[in-house]
Amino acid sequence: MDLNIVWFILITVLFIGFFILEGFDYGVGMLLPVIGKNDTERRVVINTIGPVWDGNEVWVLTAGGAIFAAFPHWYATLFSGFYLALFLMLVALIVRAVAFEYRSKHDNPTWRMWWDRAIFFGSVVPALLWGVALGNMLRGVPIDADMHYVGTFFDLLNPYALIGGATSLSMFLLHGAIFINLKTSGVIQERSLAMTRRIGPITTVVVAVFIVATYTMTDAFSRLGVNPGGVPIAALGALFGAAYFVHIGRLGWAFVMTCLNIGLAVITIFMALFPRVMVSSLNPEWSLTIYNASSSEKTLTVMTVVAVIFIPLVLIYQGWSYWVFRQRLSVDSELTY
Amino acid sequence: MEALELARWQFAITTVYHFFFVPLSIGLALMVAVMQTIYYRSGDDIYKRMTKFWGKLLLINFAIGVATGIVQEFQFGMNWAEYSRFVGDIFGAPLAIEALMAFFLESTFLGIWIFGWNRLPKLAHLASIWMVAIGSTISSFWILVANSFMHQPVGYVIRNDRAEMESFWALISNGHVWVQWPHTMMAAICTAAFFVLGISAYHLRRPLSADVRTLFQRSFQMATVTALCGTVGVILVGHSQAQYMMQVQPMKMAAAEALWETEDPAALSLFTVASLPEQRDLFVIKVPGLLSFLAYNRFEGVVPGIKDLQAAAEAEYGPGNYTPNVFLTYWTFRGMVGAGFVMLGLAALALYVVMRDELERWPRLLWWLVPAISLPYLANATGWIFTEMGRQPWIVYGLMRTDEGVSATVSMGYVLISLLGFSLIYLGLIGATIFLMLKYARQVPPAAA
Ligand code: HDD
Ligand code: HEM
Ligand code: HEM
Repeated sequence: MDLNIVWFILITVLFIGFFILEGFDYGVGMLLPVIGKNDTERRVVINTIGPVWDGNEVWVLTAGGAIFAAFPHWYATLFSGFYLALFLMLVALIVRAVAFEYRSKHDNPTWRMWWDRAIFFGSVVPALLWGVALGNMLRGVPIDADMHYVGTFFDLLNPYALIGGATSLSMFLLHGAIFINLKTSGVIQERSLAMTRRIGPITTVVVAVFIVATYTMTDAFSRLGVNPGGVPIAALGALFGAAYFVHIGRLGWAFVMTCLNIGLAVITIFMALFPRVMVSSLNPEWSLTIYNASSSEKTLTVMTVVAVIFIPLVLIYQGWSYWVFRQRLSVDSELTY
Repeated sequence: MEALELARWQFAITTVYHFFFVPLSIGLALMVAVMQTIYYRSGDDIYKRMTKFWGKLLLINFAIGVATGIVQEFQFGMNWAEYSRFVGDIFGAPLAIEALMAFFLESTFLGIWIFGWNRLPKLAHLASIWMVAIGSTISSFWILVANSFMHQPVGYVIRNDRAEMESFWALISNGHVWVQWPHTMMAAICTAAFFVLGISAYHLRRPLSADVRTLFQRSFQMATVTALCGTVGVILVGHSQAQYMMQVQPMKMAAAEALWETEDPAALSLFTVASLPEQRDLFVIKVPGLLSFLAYNRFEGVVPGIKDLQAAAEAEYGPGNYTPNVFLTYWTFRGMVGAGFVMLGLAALALYVVMRDELERWPRLLWWLVPAISLPYLANATGWIFTEMGRQPWIVYGLMRTDEGVSATVSMGYVLISLLGFSLIYLGLIGATIFLMLKYARQVPPAAA
């Protein structure tokens, strides 16, 4: 297997880590106004991710850095091409990051209300835009022979990409609702369980629509045929599994299932892309691939060594941090801040 | 052309803004880690309160450092896509390594530290603040490896229309990194030291209960030593950096001195008013031989001037303007160095007073140390503007010009939207940050729980 493929896989892994971990962070952020009815409750909801959200966010920073290092043309075309969308996402991430830290440092209700809104906005926007971005990468965007994106911002808002956005949004909502369930007790847990039951069916419908759309609106059908292979089917299976476990009240297993669902969905998308990284809608020849967009052999080798050492280390200490903060929170817990 | 100007403004604004918070995060994380270590070893409650007091300010600063860093990570692709294509093979690696080695470390352990006070064994909790401090330090190293390549490209070959990595080792052993990184680290330490010094001084001028007074006295003592070491360090390293610059970017040195003609021995300008279009001095105060000394450690030696360097550059790279903005480089250099020497004086005086245990007798000093918090900020900002402007017109020295690096397909309107958007948000955020900083800096630390 050549290094270009290794890096394609490693970047897929980074995105899996990112979507699973930030997925529930975004979900929690979006549910904040719904589940936290008063200030203490909102603090509990935030504390479910308080110690970990920043570490989780680094997965996307690393994915960005890794794309830059391994596939510089992908980095350049994607971020200059999706310019305004990325700008919006960055705005969301900035205010969200600051909000987590600042909201409880001052006890004026207006101050808190605005930061809580920032958390909500900062979670909805990326949850939606990531789906839009992946949808566009899969469907194809106008890229010319020089790897330049020649479309506009509004070309990105096509129906298929928007369905993609709705899909990531609803998947993260479900994932986050289940996560809150696992991390809390008492009234917040009850409320999030009710939310989970309401969101579950909606997510299932949206994902089904997305699958149909993928077959009818992209080249997936011609590439994959009627039988998409095991991975997408397993992804869908995991979603039904999650619904089942929510139904019988085994939330731990339901969470495993939403993790699987997200992980497998990411794999599906990257499999459908492979070996391309950005599809040109103008001419298939002009697509960016893991070969024409990549760094030199030398760089890929260096980066492989670094990744092989550090990704496992990161997994170990991040895993440990989840272990340290494993107990459930409630309105009666001691709430640091 | 227009999009280029806006993209440069955007980069300058967002990066200077990011670096407004970075040095304090790096330096204060180290100082808080030391405080907590003392607490761990002595069990003295004062140090626990100290750790919490300064730790709170660290967190407020860190949050915005992280938030503004996110923009930096993606900005190369947004506005500088052609640059990213050209250097990605080399430049992306340190950026990705920084994320893997440093960002994960600092972010994960910061969360553990904030929420872990009563949940972790004391030693593990202490270790987590050290991980944050080490993570920030590692982060600064890797980003400066990337930045140094832009100032002094090494370890590359030009192949496939781009710079490709030939030696990773050459990249990290680049002489430029090994002056730039120590200088930046020392600057970070100065920043934190003056921050602690100023806020402690503010409190020490007020009536305080005995325990709180002790807390700020010890903070003050610790900060004086740190400030003196830091300023001496930053100046010594700065001096070797200037000598290094003579070798690799003589044009930057000439611009920093507004040195039009080649001189031997060269004089150091203290104050120059010049006519920029005519490239001629109108009024100068100079110290003979001092520039040669700065460059070579002896009072003679050729320092090439702007006109000769411009001619040499044209001969090498073809016609064009290879002279950076002399006004800016000249004055930013003086801003940095000037701030550095004032800081040195203040730190030395503070140490003298502390050693004689005469703080009460020097109310003026305490008074002056509060506004002195701004000095390292001034030096940091001017230092970076000097380094980066002095590199112009190159984005990668000798290899790629800045105007060639800008994104080919991003229209001026888009850049304008993002420039205005980021600026407005940053303006709002600085308000919130300063508000919280003032609130918590003025607060008397509560008794330890
Ligand atoms: C000399 C130090 C230094 C310099 C020149 C820069 N940074 Fe920085 N950056 C840090 C030192 C640092 C830090 C100390 O590690 C920060 C500051 C505060 C913080 O929270 O971490 C940080 C945060 C930070 C983050 C958030 C990390 C996280 O979530 O923990 C990102 C993505 C970047 N930076 C990226 C950049 C890029 C792309 C830069 C180049 C233009 C840059 N920084 C300049
Ligand atoms: C954090 C500290 C830094 C500050 C305050 C800073 C400041 C600046 C400033 C003021 C400019 C504008 C120069 C001009 O337009 O004439 C600039 C340009 C630039 N800097 Fe830095 N810089 C910093 C670090 C870095 C680092 C670490 C990198 C790369 C790793 C970098 C990459 C660039 C690039 C790509 C430009 C191109 C835009 C241009 O030349 O206008 N900078 N920087
Ligand atoms: C007083 C004596 C000082 C001297 C002689 C000095 C020298 C220099 C030189 C020559 C550079 C440019 C390096 C290059 O472009 O190759 C530089 C950059 C810089 N300086 Fe200073 N400096 C001094 C003090 C300070 C102080 C007190 C601070 C901050 C507290 C500071 C912060 C910086 C920063 C942040 C940069 C940009 C990063 C870098 O290139 O290292 N400097 N300094």
